Amino acid sequence: MYGSTNLSEEDAKRMNSTIEDPEKLEVFETRIANGEKIEPGDWMPVEYRKQLIRMIEQHAHSEIVGALPEGTWITRAPNFRRKLALVAKVQDEIGHGQLLYSAAETLGKTREQMLDDLLNGKSKYSNVFNYPAKTWADIAVIGFLVDGAAIVNQVINSKGSYGPYCRALERICYEESFHLKQGHDNVVYLATGSKYQREILQDAINRWYKPLLHFFGPPDKQSAHSEKLMKWKVKLASNDDMRNQFLDQYVPKIWELDISFPDPNLKKNNDGIWEFSDPDWDEFKRVINGGGPCNAERIEVRRYAEEAGRWVRNALMKKDEKYVTPLA
Amino acid sequence: MNSLDPRVTRLDLKKVAEGDVHTNSHLITWEVFHQEKRGKQVVHAGIVHASTPEMALVVAKEVFGRRGKTSNLWVAKTSDVYTFPAEDEDIFETTPEKTFREPGSYKVRDRIEKFQQQHKTEA
Repeated sequence: MYGSTNLSEEDAKRMNSTIEDPEKLEVFETRIANGEKIEPGDWMPVEYRKQLIRMIEQHAHSEIVGALPEGTWITRAPNFRRKLALVAKVQDEIGHGQLLYSAAETLGKTREQMLDDLLNGKSKYSNVFNYPAKTWADIAVIGFLVDGAAIVNQVINSKGSYGPYCRALERICYEESFHLKQGHDNVVYLATGSKYQREILQDAINRWYKPLLHFFGPPDKQSAHSEKLMKWKVKLASNDDMRNQFLDQYVPKIWELDISFPDPNLKKNNDGIWEFSDPDWDEFKRVINGGGPCNAERIEVRRYAEEAGRWVRNALMKKDEKYVTPLA
Repeated sequence: MNSLDPRVTRLDLKKVAEGDVHTNSHLITWEVFHQEKRGKQVVHAGIVHASTPEMALVVAKEVFGRRGKTSNLWVAKTSDVYTFPAEDEDIFETTPEKTFREPGSYKVRDRIEKFQQQHKTEA
């Protein structure tokens, strides 16, 4: 699924104060301006490496944590076909995590270090996975709208400048298109089903509306900007632009089912820009920083997997093998 | 823990949650090469973590052979793959005057026509 490209203010400040070799920087920036990709062995600015690691790592964490709320429903899927599709989707998410951890590893941070930083709270993951999947309708909404939001973000990021990340994203987008289709199918079946099915769908949409608006990060006028990240093609579209693209693509697909969003101000203006009520950005901050309804559970489940699997990894470990940074 | 997931509720999470996070040593990485169809070239696809080549193949099958077509996968230890340094990319550049290596630089039709013209006149 996805991670965010928002800078902390501290990062934004440092970004503008780090001094790089001007000649190398010029070659690097010209290459990006010409649409070339940067590969792991290439020279790159310290901040480019750092921000990419942070971003790809968050994205990887979001994939494996994102599998948890959905995994909850595998044993309780309403029929065998839905169960098979959900198993395949959850497996994809873990596979995406593997691809993304690998892409981040080529930049020099080991996978184990990233997993440790997830558990000790140093690195973040997407806010949406800290909300519970209360009913089967949540699985439909996650599959359609959360994956839909993720695809908007990932298609844009796949045009970025770092080769291994772009290649991972292309593979991921290809697989996510199945997630989106099965999610839409699931939503449509609920919306065209019994009164109860429509009720749980409406309830799920009501609960996921704000987290979905939060998904793309704070409004542009509130978030720390970095023109450098744009210039280096680490960030390719602003939060507001991505959010608008998402609303434009998906709101009509919910409305046509006579399901509503819990926001009387949600509408598209003549200039193509969607308007909506303030989705409570303090809640966004609270959830990102550990205060959401499921943050503690997500991390504890990951920690359990880490601890319970340790003896297996230790048994597999060959003491004389030396880890080297992967190539691409 | 009282979770919506009954499996989570059954786990003794509290016990492990009290332990410290500590870094594992690393399984090594393997570069994975993917062949889509018999007869096509084998192309680098990405990496996996594993302790043996057999395990690397199993993981590679899950990560890179799950969708689309696959006819075979190869794995090689990352440390066994040798590459040129990235900054030496210019060693592959060629010069414009090396046209003698290009098929398009061999044009004889004009010469043949001139020859045939002269030959006819002489005869």
